[in-house]
Amino acid sequence: MSVNVRIPTILRTYTGGQSEVPAEGATLAEVLADLEAKHAGIGARVLDDAGKLRRFVNVYVNDDDVRFAEGLETPTPDGAGISIIPAVAGG
Amino acid sequence: MRRKGLAFMAVQTHEKPAGDTVSLGPASALSCRECGERFPLGPIFACEACFGPLEIAYDLPTGDPEGLRRRIEAGPNSIWRYAPLLPVPADVVDRPATSTNPGFTKLVEARNLARELGVTGSLHIKDDSGNPTHSFKDRVVAIAVEAARAFGFTTLSCSSTGNLAGAVGAAAARAGFRSCVFIPHDLEQGKVVMAAVYGGELVGIEGNYDDVNRFCSELIGDPLGEGWGFVNVNLRPYYGEGSKTLAYEICEQLGWRLPDQLVVPIASGSQLTKIDKGLKELIALGLVEDRPYRIFGAQAEGCSPVSRAFKDGHDVVRPVRPDTIAKSLAIGNPADGPYVLDIARRTGGAVEDVDDGRIVDAIKLLARTEGIFAETAGGVTVGVTKKLLEDGVLDPSLTTVVLNTGDGLKTLDAVAPTTGPTATIRPSLEAFRAAGLA
Repeated sequence: MSVNVRIPTILRTYTGGQSEVPAEGATLAEVLADLEAKHAGIGARVLDDAGKLRRFVNVYVNDDDVRFAEGLETPTPDGAGISIIPAVAGG
Repeated sequence: MRRKGLAFMAVQTHEKPAGDTVSLGPASALSCRECGERFPLGPIFACEACFGPLEIAYDLPTGDPEGLRRRIEAGPNSIWRYAPLLPVPADVVDRPATSTNPGFTKLVEARNLARELGVTGSLHIKDDSGNPTHSFKDRVVAIAVEAARAFGFTTLSCSSTGNLAGAVGAAAARAGFRSCVFIPHDLEQGKVVMAAVYGGELVGIEGNYDDVNRFCSELIGDPLGEGWGFVNVNLRPYYGEGSKTLAYEICEQLGWRLPDQLVVPIASGSQLTKIDKGLKELIALGLVEDRPYRIFGAQAEGCSPVSRAFKDGHDVVRPVRPDTIAKSLAIGNPADGPYVLDIARRTGGAVEDVDDGRIVDAIKLLARTEGIFAETAGGVTVGVTKKLLEDGVLDPSLTTVVLNTGDGLKTLDAVAPTTGPTATIRPSLEAFRAAGLA
């Protein structure tokens, strides 16, 4: 599955300044693994040492917060838009 | 302190340089609350290393508490009396024409409410409806405006549940900024009008607050948002510090004394965490006696992710989809939720919630006993106070301060269905007598 991942400013040092990059994978976990393969270091910024999403990271697959779906196992259909967003905004 | 990619990017995108050259009073750096990484002062809000929230680190004026106390007491009747403790330029006190000058709102001793609730100690309402746009948001926005000015922004923006949109609009108008603010499309009419009247751009987003917040977080990373100061996104570390002034004022108004118990509403949780920070600073500076205080968080049952986590013994907050009349607290994914849990547990407090019916009852109770018309968030704190007293969690013999963060005129919809004329009669004594009102 090919998807597009929107990269927050905070992580663009890993993508050469690109705000959106392509990735492959049938689930969010696979997409993040592919991102790490293509942009070394980005995975450790999004996932903690236990391999879980960091608590101050929000990830959306086609506008749906993956915490309301299946977390890292959330399916990522072909052509999906994925957004990684710092959670410390608002209020 | 290291200067890394994101800080450099911020430096390059604005008229005035971010980083060490920016002077914001005693503010010395940005520090990650999670991992402790430090960054130069700049328009950034999340840690590059772990995504944790950045907050202001200070070089505060230690060593002469009496002198500092006198200096504060001689200051203006606004938050600027505490400028030595805030991330703002020292000259902010000298240019009141560029600020809405919020703060120093009334601390009302609520004797009638205390009697009704069985409080034998003292009960106070910190009534922040007295701010320029009738909510506590004027405090946080005033600080963010100073940061926006320092970083060279010309447009102010925010994601808002209503109160913040009005505060940003008013502050931008007075300080000479353009404003463009974003709200959920279905807010209370009073808040929509109050946000729009100041002449800036007001955009309704088809979704709830969390959708609006997400939109703003994406906009800030896009060229469309270039040069914008989002008060609660890229200026959030500065903005949040405005809530410390609630703690400062409460203690000063109690005679430079800590309250024993505080009941604080929770939306993102930022306000509660900054009140705790403010209390700790006053202790560290020697302005108040170091003794225990307890902080209680209040949520609406229809949006109670922090209360749920507290009761379940969790240290992470699972997001929810809000469904409550307390729209100013309807943040289903509260950014500072984990820190609220830490503070409630550390201080021996709690986090509790009340349903919409009890919120309305509490609004009426406060109005009936103290003549204060609170918005729904005030109904939440008063309702939770009542519940915690009934459950024996709050100690009725101590000094308790309950926050009312906004004006009831903004949320008329919440009470209108059950509040209205006692009777409508012809203009005659006979009709008055017949109505049984004599």
